[in-house]
Amino acid sequence: MADGNAHTEGAIMPRVLAHKGSSLGNSRGQGSATSYMLGRRRGYATLQRWFQRLGFAGLWFAGAVSVLVLLLVVGYVLSEGVGVLNWEFLSTAPKGGLSGEGGISTTIVTTLYLVALTVGIATPLGVAAAVYLVEYAGEAASRRGLVGIVVGIARFGVETLAGVPSIIFGLFGYALFVTTLNLGFSLLSAGLAGACLILPVIIRTTEEALRAVPRTYREGSLALGATQWQTISGVVLPAALPGIMTGVILSVGRVVSETAVFYVTLGGSYKLPTSLLSGGRTMALHVYYLAMDTRAFDKAMGTAAVLVVSIVLINVAINLLSRRLQKNM
Amino acid sequence: MTRLVDRAIKYILLAAASISILIVFMIAYFTCREAWPALQQIGLGHMLSTLEWRPQRELYGLVPMLAGSVMVTLGAVLLGVPLAVGAAVFLAEVAPRGVANVVRPAVQLLAGIPSVVYGLFGLVVLVPLVRQIPVTGNTGFGMLTASMVLAVMILPTVTSVSEDAIRSVPREYKEGSLALGTTHWQTILGVILPGARSGILAGIILGIGRALGETMAMIMVIGNSIVMPAAAEGSSPLSLFLSRARTLTGNIAVEISYASGLHESALFATGVVLFVLIIIVNSAARLMLRGEQHG
Repeated sequence: MADGNAHTEGAIMPRVLAHKGSSLGNSRGQGSATSYMLGRRRGYATLQRWFQRLGFAGLWFAGAVSVLVLLLVVGYVLSEGVGVLNWEFLSTAPKGGLSGEGGISTTIVTTLYLVALTVGIATPLGVAAAVYLVEYAGEAASRRGLVGIVVGIARFGVETLAGVPSIIFGLFGYALFVTTLNLGFSLLSAGLAGACLILPVIIRTTEEALRAVPRTYREGSLALGATQWQTISGVVLPAALPGIMTGVILSVGRVVSETAVFYVTLGGSYKLPTSLLSGGRTMALHVYYLAMDTRAFDKAMGTAAVLVVSIVLINVAINLLSRRLQKNM
Repeated sequence: MTRLVDRAIKYILLAAASISILIVFMIAYFTCREAWPALQQIGLGHMLSTLEWRPQRELYGLVPMLAGSVMVTLGAVLLGVPLAVGAAVFLAEVAPRGVANVVRPAVQLLAGIPSVVYGLFGLVVLVPLVRQIPVTGNTGFGMLTASMVLAVMILPTVTSVSEDAIRSVPREYKEGSLALGTTHWQTILGVILPGARSGILAGIILGIGRALGETMAMIMVIGNSIVMPAAAEGSSPLSLFLSRARTLTGNIAVEISYASGLHESALFATGVVLFVLIIIVNSAARLMLRGEQHG
């Protein structure tokens, strides 16, 4: 990359500039003055080089600290958590009680249920919304009518939704699903509230994936006489699939690590949910309850370690997918 | 026939596209509906000017929580933004490709770590650490610890938005500056950062939005006392940040499980205040980003 050696060039340059700038007025007779000026110029360049070294040291420091913080948090949680981690911990149900006895099996199952539920609800909706915004709204945006306005409002909706803090989604879920619709603290309430939370994630990543599909694919298909929907379902969506998958996996990560929404909609029972209408406790919630209510820090660390490992795996999956995506394009 | 199907599908997809705005409206509607009794009986003016929150004595002042949220966010910005912008400049301008390929995924992963894990880390590691500071009444729980945790949590947002902004500064600007004989560092300070200013600002504002909305990690380390943050007597004003506090988000989460009646309604009103605050902050960020695209 050109960026890499740009600073060496820069360090040499000041002298050229200085010649042009200030030595014009000097005649040959003023030898001592010239050498004095030259000395100052060299001093200036050296000074700037030192500033640069200092500045770059700061930048390297910032980069290093970001990595170190990650290593510190992940490393600490893993090393503290690994003590309680074994097959029994993963496969037995929590027994409740003040010492946080038992394992975390039911919380793993509840987390998986919730992931399936939220992703199952949000993916079809989100993909459909993104398809409209990318494939149909383009033509509509130039048209000014009602559809154009609707598209503008829909875009605003996605952007706003993406910024709403999760506790507000929780409040909303509590007011609408838990109390008004009388679903109680349940998987269904939490799943619906969680689906609202990840909807903007899926819409945004799908939009990007669709935009990355080359125009020529669509034109080729349309030229063969396919309708727009045939083109989208037969050509565009399959081509965008890896990108859409990235969005789905990203949402899985959001749901696995989310706490606030489920804290106010899921109830927190550590028993295995038996139906859509029974409450439960995800792994992330379990960490919270263990740390805050029972003060069983070792078990909390163990659960947190499982969480962190799943998040790392999810991130690896996303990176692999997007790398494949870049190769294909 | 296929035409008809095509048109039908188009409208079905349009309906799906409108669902996110529908959800925004429903969130606003239901939060406001539940908050209505409180807003009517207590009044927003009362809530935003009373210094005490004591539901059993019908005192519903949000000022301590507002102060808590704002100060914790301020602390996070002070601690986190220099680091985050530094990391962004590092990634965009200085880091060799191999190093950037380590740092960038690491920052990305920081964004994925669950907030309870940050909270737990803060509770187990940072709280005892902060407790070492010899100030009377210092428990380790408080705004300093909360700001430290938040600083790490907003870092990925600020870094990635800033890096994009820095990369979108036209190459010619940088080349022109270097050709005038400045060092790379002078170019970064004098040309690249000013050129990316609105994007970086947008990143910071988005980070502020995240910080204001964070809940669980805050509950775990901030102490949750409903008091106006104040410096300990006889020590420096900076000990203000060691004071326990409560955030708006924490107020909702801590009390919603047992609240009922007017108390519950007041918690929804807390949510309304938070919602409005966040919408203002995020709209500012969006305006900034849009401004950057045009200019």
